[in-house]
Amino acid sequence: MIFNTNIPIYVQIIDDFKKRIISGEYGPSDKVLSVRDLAMEYGVNPNTVQKALSELERFALVKSVRTSGRYITEDIKIIQELKDQFINEKVQTFITDLKGLSITDDEIIRHIERGIHNGSDD
Amino acid sequence: MEAMINISGLSKSYGHKEILHNVNLQMKRGNIIGLLGPNGSGKTTLIKILCGLLREYRGEIVIDGHPIGVHSKSIISYLPDEPYFAAWMKVKDAIGIFCDMYADFDVERCRELCKRFDIQNNMLIKTMSKGTKEKFQLSLVMARRAKIIILDEPIGGVDPAARDVILDTILSNSFEEQTILIATHLIADIERIFDSVIFIQEGNITLDRDVEELRQETGKSIDELFREKFRY
Repeated sequence: MIFNTNIPIYVQIIDDFKKRIISGEYGPSDKVLSVRDLAMEYGVNPNTVQKALSELERFALVKSVRTSGRYITEDIKIIQELKDQFINEKVQTFITDLKGLSITDDEIIRHIERGIHNGSDD
Repeated sequence: MEAMINISGLSKSYGHKEILHNVNLQMKRGNIIGLLGPNGSGKTTLIKILCGLLREYRGEIVIDGHPIGVHSKSIISYLPDEPYFAAWMKVKDAIGIFCDMYADFDVERCRELCKRFDIQNNMLIKTMSKGTKEKFQLSLVMARRAKIIILDEPIGGVDPAARDVILDTILSNSFEEQTILIATHLIADIERIFDSVIFIQEGNITLDRDVEELRQETGKSIDELFREKFRY
């Protein structure tokens, strides 16, 4: 992963985790790699990884189990909320951008439908 | 927790020229700290004082609870900015010397690192390329299980691919609660591994901060901040 060094790296690690949880790459109750392994994988300072994991715990996306390490939450509701929130943010920015250019709802919907249709042909 | 390295009111002059001016710094245990400044800003002088190589200075330095001396020297593994091998030495000779000199030298680890850098036991050090020499020296220094590692320009002479291996090496070592101080001016390549950075300018400390906080506050990379501060 290539980091943008203009933004705190722990924030980018949190985003990466969220995307992996949303995509299902990290499934409910999956064990999270150790801080050491994650730091090596990301090529960053272990304290940075630690900070990202603490935040993920605060969001209840990751759970720390004493003596056995960290796990992705087993609570599917939390994962679904994360997914909804993620999609909602993307859609909102997209709509705001297009409406700012006076593009109508009908046009937006037509293009989305066409885009989805074209995408599924690939 | 008590700082690993505590510097207060440190000044150093050569004749009338002041190289370090009232330096106050605390370096935390287990942190990777970048010491950043242009050539001639005082980085190497500061490092040499910490390593006990320059003994005339004003101010107070406490390392791991002790003044500079036998204890501090025994816990610091130092990579100087220039190679220091004798002309006749082969890789195995230098490794032998490190085995004899340092109780904390892990020869297996050193061999592992050499293997990674494709450095063979029978190579003559003086015929190595600049980059290979640096990699070899780094293998020796990083193989010490020392509480403090001080690296003066560790990636200056190596290609970008080798830089990544070197950064990996530094990172994998840092899990052992080592405090690592790295002086460099190649910031973009290395800033992702720092906990904090110190900017030094004409012997004055102009910044001493946590890197993630800096990024958060300024929306800039450490490299960018450095370029802004040290524009000629």
